Amino acid sequence: MSFKKFLLALGVVMVVAGCGSSVKLEDVPVEDRKGAMPVASAPVMEARSAVAPVDLTANQLPAAGPAGVAKVVYFDYDSYVIKPEFQSVLDAHSKHLKADTRRRVNLEGHTDERGGREYNLALGQKRAEAVRKALTLLGVADSQLEAVSFGKEKPAAMGTDEAAFAKNRRTELTYR
Amino acid sequence: MLKQFLCLWIALNSLVANAQFRVEVSGVGLTQLPIAVAPFKGDDVSPQHIGAIVQADLERSGQFRLIDASGSGLDENSRPDFSVWRQKGSDSLASGSISRLADGRYDVRFRLWDVVRGQDLGGQSFAIPAGDLRLVAHRIADYIYEKLSGDKSVFSTRIAYVTKSGSKFNLWVADSDGENAQSALSSAEPIISPAWSPSGGQLAYVSFESRKPVIYVHEISTGKRRLVANFKGSNSAPAWSSDGKSLAVTLTRDGTSQIYLIDAQGGEPKRLSQSSSIDTEPVFSSDGRFIYFVSDRGGSPQIYRMSTSGGSADRVTFSGTYNISPTLSPDGRWLAYVSRIGGAFKLHTMDISAGTVTAITDTSADERPSFAPNGRMLVYATRQQNAEALMTSTVDGRIKARLSGQSGDIREPAWGPFQR
Repeated sequence: MSFKKFLLALGVVMVVAGCGSSVKLEDVPVEDRKGAMPVASAPVMEARSAVAPVDLTANQLPAAGPAGVAKVVYFDYDSYVIKPEFQSVLDAHSKHLKADTRRRVNLEGHTDERGGREYNLALGQKRAEAVRKALTLLGVADSQLEAVSFGKEKPAAMGTDEAAFAKNRRTELTYR
Repeated sequence: MLKQFLCLWIALNSLVANAQFRVEVSGVGLTQLPIAVAPFKGDDVSPQHIGAIVQADLERSGQFRLIDASGSGLDENSRPDFSVWRQKGSDSLASGSISRLADGRYDVRFRLWDVVRGQDLGGQSFAIPAGDLRLVAHRIADYIYEKLSGDKSVFSTRIAYVTKSGSKFNLWVADSDGENAQSALSSAEPIISPAWSPSGGQLAYVSFESRKPVIYVHEISTGKRRLVANFKGSNSAPAWSSDGKSLAVTLTRDGTSQIYLIDAQGGEPKRLSQSSSIDTEPVFSSDGRFIYFVSDRGGSPQIYRMSTSGGSADRVTFSGTYNISPTLSPDGRWLAYVSRIGGAFKLHTMDISAGTVTAITDTSADERPSFAPNGRMLVYATRQQNAEALMTSTVDGRIKARLSGQSGDIREPAWGPFQR
């Protein structure tokens, strides 16, 4: 017998051996009940130990915004006007929110550190509101948005120069 | 001239002798009552230096000029040699003693003398645990202050303030001198705008613990807290009505920051302010008739006044383009607030009926003034040497003191009421 044929025979033997299943067919007794159950159904369990699985993951969303899109809109001093350069960012977020109306986002307004805490809280709120209005104008449902303010309490950048101030005058889009 | 020099010289001596606080005297020719507070017999071996605390309180009030009394060796029973004290320039003298009792408590006694007339003005004695020594010192200072000035004294009142240390925030309740602070709340998120209930038992404040500003009412002695405002958007700037039953608050539930009234137990808010701009920082007048608040309805933040039932408002501040953080003296005479002048944030006072305005500090990052309940002093936050600090000031700005207190940045002071 040639070596090739030997291997082939060996292979066939192995396959045949593998095919010889050791799984018993009469694994789980299928009870015969009234209202005849199809043969291929799942085994019936005792009612007392039944546990009904609830799967939230089908409805829960990972809290994420649109991939690769900035989550911050910056503002000029004493201003809550959304600059044209951020329009595309808001477009992308509005599309993301409209694509799945279960998505929720907090719009968190901030100011730089100059000025009183409560008045800055109100200014930050205006920045959050500006983004909220812009998103609703783009068709996002109000129920998906909450505009809140952190005033000057959570700066992104420490420092007392204009570069730091500019990084703090912002609204952050935080998906929940 | 000599008196003025003496005044400044003694203040400088106080600066050196009392490391715990620094009193700054600006302006001369002040009307101050000269008093000597003799070191209390037994002070040097007691856990608290009663004499030093009394001196510091009287000095911080700005209404007393402390005459050096070191080494005088008096106690509450010694009858002083009045001619000696008259020569030193003192009109009054306080002396006392502190001793340890057999049961571990302390016996503190003092007497106040009118040096000019050579009369005994009375005194008190206390038997108290060590933990109450500071309070007793403040009560002694209160006695002296009220006997000699005729005004109600605030030394045994409390102040609340917030500190930030790294990423940790604390809301503290302390003596009026900033000492003896106890933490009412610790949080990893900011706490702002603490406000005392009129009875002094509760603090309302804004907490960011739920990642948005909400208002709690917090019972200080038990730590029990109640969420009273968590409406859509931001909830802030709580202010108590004089009967303690309601809070004026700033809510953004209708889209802009507006002022509402809610029951102190929580419940449905009633809108008071009517504008489409920012209305915030409400504060009630003591007579309960008005709410003063900040509004930028005129284009920039100014202080306005409306009736407590809401509606139309009258503008109160007219100088400067940025006026915020109003607070009112209990007698209704003074309004204190922060004004931005050329980029600097400076504390101002206004005589409400006259309309005259005075800048009372030379710092440039002043925040959140709060009147003492006798209306004679203010506490406020500012920056000194690149760190946040709390300062007290007489209403005319002439006597200021930096409060000692916790480490870390310190801000958001609120002066508590007279304890009932």
